Amino acid sequence: MDFFLKLFLSGTAKGSIYALIALGYTMVYGIVQLINFAHGEVYMIGGFTALIIGGLLFSSGMAVPLVLLLSILAAVVFSAAFGFTIEKLAYKPLREKPRLSALISAIGISMILQNVVLLAQTEKYLSFPSYLPELEFLRPVREYLNSTQFIILVTTAAIMVILTLTIKFTRMGKAMRATAQDKHMAQLVGVDINGVISLTFIIGSALAAVGGVLICSYMGQINYYIGFVAGIKAFVAAVLGGIGSIPGAVLGSFILGWTESLGTGYLSSDYEDAYAFVILILILILKPDGILGKNQKQKV
Amino acid sequence: MSATDPILEIDRLSMIFGGLRAIDDVSLHIREGEICALIGPNGAGKTTIFNCITGVYRPTEGRVTIRRGSGQREAIQGLKPNVINRKGLARTFQNIRLFGNMTVLENVMIGRHNALAAGVLRAIARDAATRDEEERLIDDCRRILVKMRLDPFINETARNLPYGAQRRLEIARALATDPFLLLLDEPVAGMNPHETKELEETINLIRDEEKVTILLIEHDMSLVMNVSERIYVLDYGRLIAEGTPDEIKGNPEVIKAYLGE
Amino acid sequence: MERNKLFRDLRTSLIIAAWFSFLLFPLLVMKVSVTSGAALVRFRWERLPGIAVAAFALSFAWRRALEWNEARGDKPSGAGPIAALTARARSALAVKPIRLSVSAVLLAVVAVYPFALGMYHTNIMITALIYVILALGLNIVVGLGGLLNLGYAAFFAVGAYTYGLLWKYAGPAFVAAGVDPGWLFWIALPTAGVLAAVFGALLSLPVLRLRGDYLAIITLAFGEIVRMVLQNSGAVTGGATGISLIPRPWFFGLRLPPRQAATYIYYIAVALVALTVFVVRRIEDSRVGRALEAMREDEIACEAMGVDLVRNKLVTFSLGAFWAGIAGVLLAAQTTYINPDSFTLWESITVLMAVVIGGTGSIPGAIGGALLLKLLPEYFRPLAQYRMLIYGIAMILVIIFKPDGLFPRNRKKYTFEGAPSEGGASPAADGQEARR
Repeated sequence: MDFFLKLFLSGTAKGSIYALIALGYTMVYGIVQLINFAHGEVYMIGGFTALIIGGLLFSSGMAVPLVLLLSILAAVVFSAAFGFTIEKLAYKPLREKPRLSALISAIGISMILQNVVLLAQTEKYLSFPSYLPELEFLRPVREYLNSTQFIILVTTAAIMVILTLTIKFTRMGKAMRATAQDKHMAQLVGVDINGVISLTFIIGSALAAVGGVLICSYMGQINYYIGFVAGIKAFVAAVLGGIGSIPGAVLGSFILGWTESLGTGYLSSDYEDAYAFVILILILILKPDGILGKNQKQKV
Repeated sequence: MSATDPILEIDRLSMIFGGLRAIDDVSLHIREGEICALIGPNGAGKTTIFNCITGVYRPTEGRVTIRRGSGQREAIQGLKPNVINRKGLARTFQNIRLFGNMTVLENVMIGRHNALAAGVLRAIARDAATRDEEERLIDDCRRILVKMRLDPFINETARNLPYGAQRRLEIARALATDPFLLLLDEPVAGMNPHETKELEETINLIRDEEKVTILLIEHDMSLVMNVSERIYVLDYGRLIAEGTPDEIKGNPEVIKAYLGE
Repeated sequence: MERNKLFRDLRTSLIIAAWFSFLLFPLLVMKVSVTSGAALVRFRWERLPGIAVAAFALSFAWRRALEWNEARGDKPSGAGPIAALTARARSALAVKPIRLSVSAVLLAVVAVYPFALGMYHTNIMITALIYVILALGLNIVVGLGGLLNLGYAAFFAVGAYTYGLLWKYAGPAFVAAGVDPGWLFWIALPTAGVLAAVFGALLSLPVLRLRGDYLAIITLAFGEIVRMVLQNSGAVTGGATGISLIPRPWFFGLRLPPRQAATYIYYIAVALVALTVFVVRRIEDSRVGRALEAMREDEIACEAMGVDLVRNKLVTFSLGAFWAGIAGVLLAAQTTYINPDSFTLWESITVLMAVVIGGTGSIPGAIGGALLLKLLPEYFRPLAQYRMLIYGIAMILVIIFKPDGLFPRNRKKYTFEGAPSEGGASPAADGQEARR
């Protein structure tokens, strides 16, 4: 039971990070029906930016909490900027083209970003200094839930609530939902769909950046390739929950996190990365619309 | 089993999309050699019925059965579109769905896909039988195109065809699958009166010479009244009337459905 | 008017240059290194002007290119110097003596290649030819079938491991029985092809009804699982270390020294490429090929005409896998050593890039793309480290500006060769604009 609880909690922490990345996938897919293959890379860039800016500020003698705050802020700003630029550069010109064209373009972007970081920074794993505080009140239960995991959980929960409220109640949220339903119709009633699409990429990328900083602090290391695996897993989570659905992405992420934790704990740790793929295959075969996804009928 | 035993029978068909009853308990039948029309205001569920018959949708409730020649009745609801097509039901689409980048001839060749047998191995070997088959195929397709008066366009790319010819090509392609029942979804939509008149003749010709039974959806009332022997009227997914053109013209329910209260 | 536009474009480019200088600043100008848990940052200011100038020039060119692309619209690449050149080349090749002499020259070059250039170049060419087979095979799936397969390397692995495992487990028995182990290659070749095809059919059967982008991702998952299984079942496959000392094919019972063996494998590879081209062309130009063409155009209409989509997709998937299996055996024979690292996702993506850059659906495209992607980095060594970066950029440029690739497909269209019609009505005589 002890062992189970430990695995369950670490799975929950993992799941909440996947959720931060999965939200970007699901929002983009909901609005432009594109699997944004480069989303994982945006998350990796978030991690790198935090490492660089954090390192710069820390060595200048700034106080740790301020370093943490500013490095997260920098990660969010730069990742969002990357997300925005990628959409304008590689996806917008292909919007009216067959779906697979944009997917291929996304794969290209993914390769470019990985290699830019590889060539301009390093191919080695770098250890990632964590600026997250050690929370005193968690000391008694540290074996089950450490500070980093706790912070991840709380941050994800807060972001989730804010995001849901934004999409439900603000004007922009309404515009987003309208665009997701019917792009042309939304345009006719005066929604600036280019703006909505850009905003979707910006929000998704910003969330990925927060996820990037958190997971790098948690794992304690970073390299140019981390975005790929995390990206694929988050995508799996989004599909599992029902792509296009925000609560679905969160639910899917937790299920994936738990499966991975329990699977590595009880079955085999050799296949840690394989669990996600097996889930993906099963869900696509059995229920391609995901747990909370809507059944989409093609119009004939 | 008499000759008047219907070749297509729809029995208490319902189709529900997420709580919305697009088709509600519809029953209808088509007898061999008939030309039947299915009419109704926009959104009445006509195309949805076509989609249920041809396997694009799996109906929520009800049965769709067919009888070929003097054979047994068989249920076809829920089968895949290609299987239903092989059983002898062919259709056209409301929003023309030709293979736009292929030639007119090639479009019809696809229609004859199942009349041929060559698989991958024979394609690689390209033996004498396969070559013969291909030659015969082109002749067959040409014959169909001549009948549909499309032979002047035979080598044109389908998307470059005039609109009326595109509609005719869809019918030609469907005929190439050797159906006993042809389902036409708004065959004259967007055509001028002259083209409509031509198509009317074509429809009669298909029934009389090719011995193909026809069910059509159409908004053009002159065509419907001229060609069809029986008409079904659909409104909000329900069948509200059935009868000969004259009966339908005078039916108060139908008038109400079209003109509103 | 023109002047105003130029001015506007320059101003926009200036803004974009500033934007990119900002965007790329942390990654390109700053450089981080971590020593004993603390991140140290160094500035490389000398790069900043370069970034700004490059961004300015590129953004100017990019906007012009997009405008040109839009103005060109849906028109196929009709005009332009390259298209004119291809058209001229095609019409020249239609003349029989020219075609024959071009083929003769090509054949002669291919035949003397290993003798004229030596073992080093021959080996490079073999690797390139293996990729040509892979690209031709993937082209069946992506180009003819319209299905994006991101797990193609898995079938490549099935081929290579068929030969490797056959050697590991049946090899000793062969030696004990006094039979040349060199024969194993010839047993492995068809076995691997068939196994990969069966494997492709089994894996794809449950997923073929999925939409295109989902299918792409699920094949990616399959590919990764296969690699992980190979990596983690060490007892059977040798795990991460793989299988080594795989024999090269023997020449009629004769064990060849490396140099001659390379030449021999080279000719086998050439023969297999020729066979692949032959098979792909035959399929393209058949009932199956037509159905695939129609399936890519409109799945719903195609199915309504009685074409079994699942069966067609299955056939293309297996056929593609078959050639990957064959290529895998060649790889094992050439390198005499295999491990799971040769079959990563990036391997699948590299082959995909060869197909896309060359021209999706085009046989010359697959050949040209694969040769380009494999030979260029070998002969431009300084560029080798920028390889993936350049490929990524090239792929995006092609997909946006030249979706039919560098060597576009020239599909044979079925036409009726007899007298057009008795009535003599020309297509345009209807007097109506073609609408759609």
